[in-house]
Amino acid sequence: MMQPTHSSNRILLPVRGWFIFMTLLVALFLDMIPVGRLPGVPDFVALILAFWCVREPFKVGMGAAFVLGIVMDVASASVMGQHSLAYVLLAFAATGLSRRILWFPLARQALHILPLLLGAQLVMFVARMIAGGASPGWFYFLSSFTACLLWYPLTYLLLLPQYQSMEKDDNRPI
Amino acid sequence: MSVVGQAPPPFFKRGPAPLARLAFFLALSLLLLVLDLRYHTLEWSRQAVAVVVYPLQRLAYAPAEASGSVADYLTSLVTAEKENAALRRKQLDDARLLLRQESLEQENRHLRALLDMKQRQTVPSQVAEIIYSASDPFARRVIVDKGTRAGVVAGQVVVDELGVIGQVTRSFPLLSEVTLITDKDQAVPVQVLRNGLRSVIFGNGDGSLELRFLSSSANIQVGDELVTSGLDGIYLPGLPVAKVVHIDRDTTYAFAHIRCEPIAGVEHHGQVLVLGRPLARPPAPPEPEDKAGKSVGGKK
Repeated sequence: MMQPTHSSNRILLPVRGWFIFMTLLVALFLDMIPVGRLPGVPDFVALILAFWCVREPFKVGMGAAFVLGIVMDVASASVMGQHSLAYVLLAFAATGLSRRILWFPLARQALHILPLLLGAQLVMFVARMIAGGASPGWFYFLSSFTACLLWYPLTYLLLLPQYQSMEKDDNRPI
Repeated sequence: MSVVGQAPPPFFKRGPAPLARLAFFLALSLLLLVLDLRYHTLEWSRQAVAVVVYPLQRLAYAPAEASGSVADYLTSLVTAEKENAALRRKQLDDARLLLRQESLEQENRHLRALLDMKQRQTVPSQVAEIIYSASDPFARRVIVDKGTRAGVVAGQVVVDELGVIGQVTRSFPLLSEVTLITDKDQAVPVQVLRNGLRSVIFGNGDGSLELRFLSSSANIQVGDELVTSGLDGIYLPGLPVAKVVHIDRDTTYAFAHIRCEPIAGVEHHGQVLVLGRPLARPPAPPEPEDKAGKSVGGKK
């Protein structure tokens, strides 16, 4: 990474565009699995969007967030613009805080992500309350906390392709 | 750099400033929100996106479907036999009523003809299956597996074997979205089966329903069954909707607080029946000469 960090970070390969696209597609897929009214199921699209916004702020930003939001609006049968509004704000905050967040170790990165995800949920909550929706109860906000717990494994999983080296060389330290 | 295959980072060309981009996308999102909530003019775009998303959605449903079929397969023979016996008993019970229904209907037709009343309409219906409940936590909707290609259009009434569960609010080519009667502010015109008292029942959004605007002295009691009144021309008359479970007659308020529970398995999954629209609406009563207000269509 370009950012200086106090912990020794590995030098990573550049991310591939299609990999970002695939992960976002998988996130959409995970969000579409019907789980009914189970509280605490994380919003994978918001989480992975936030991840790429933090990691690759020049590649994934508000445009991608807007498109994903529209797809989520249709897929979850909610009001058009609800998810896109929340995701655009989330992407703005995540890209803006990217330099700061990457400075911290993973556990504290997750603590930075939590308010961003909660904020996105709050935006959706307020938008729907103004529109006269039924209140889903406080457990609605639980999903941000579970999503934030996933930050640690997610980082390793999504950076895995970048850990591979281009040419195999047993003598090289990285 | 060329070894890694990466272009140098774009130091200077970065497009519009983040704040400008934020303002643009926020304005666009808010515009969509207002257009969809106030003017309902975005259905075409929803249709377009839905067609693109459909394969992914179908794929995402596969695990749930598979687990369901595995559970079905593992249901032991004993349960199946027990269920079979129960169904047989129920069929015998129903047969008694069904046998008489034919003659009762005939009699009813004759009587109605004698009394010169309008014949009751029969409507076409089709079986659909609830495939999942929509993941929007702010509303109570389910998705059924029949869409515009099967002739399902918005406004049709959806019932199960016990009573009304909701109304089709959006139909896509292969799926339809049904808003349940327990959705917040979803209204169904009803009447009390016992005495014919007419009212409108509203969903509360938490799985229960509420009869609003009935005075504290209204003739209604706990246990009363509410059926559709059919006055709106959309719901067929006589479909069971809800049962009164709690009445709070606080005289400091003008209206009684009446809580009801749905009769049908509104929150359950399974087979449902999508009823067709009544073919012809009864003629509206003649409008009075002075403009006393809009006449209400669908009065018998």
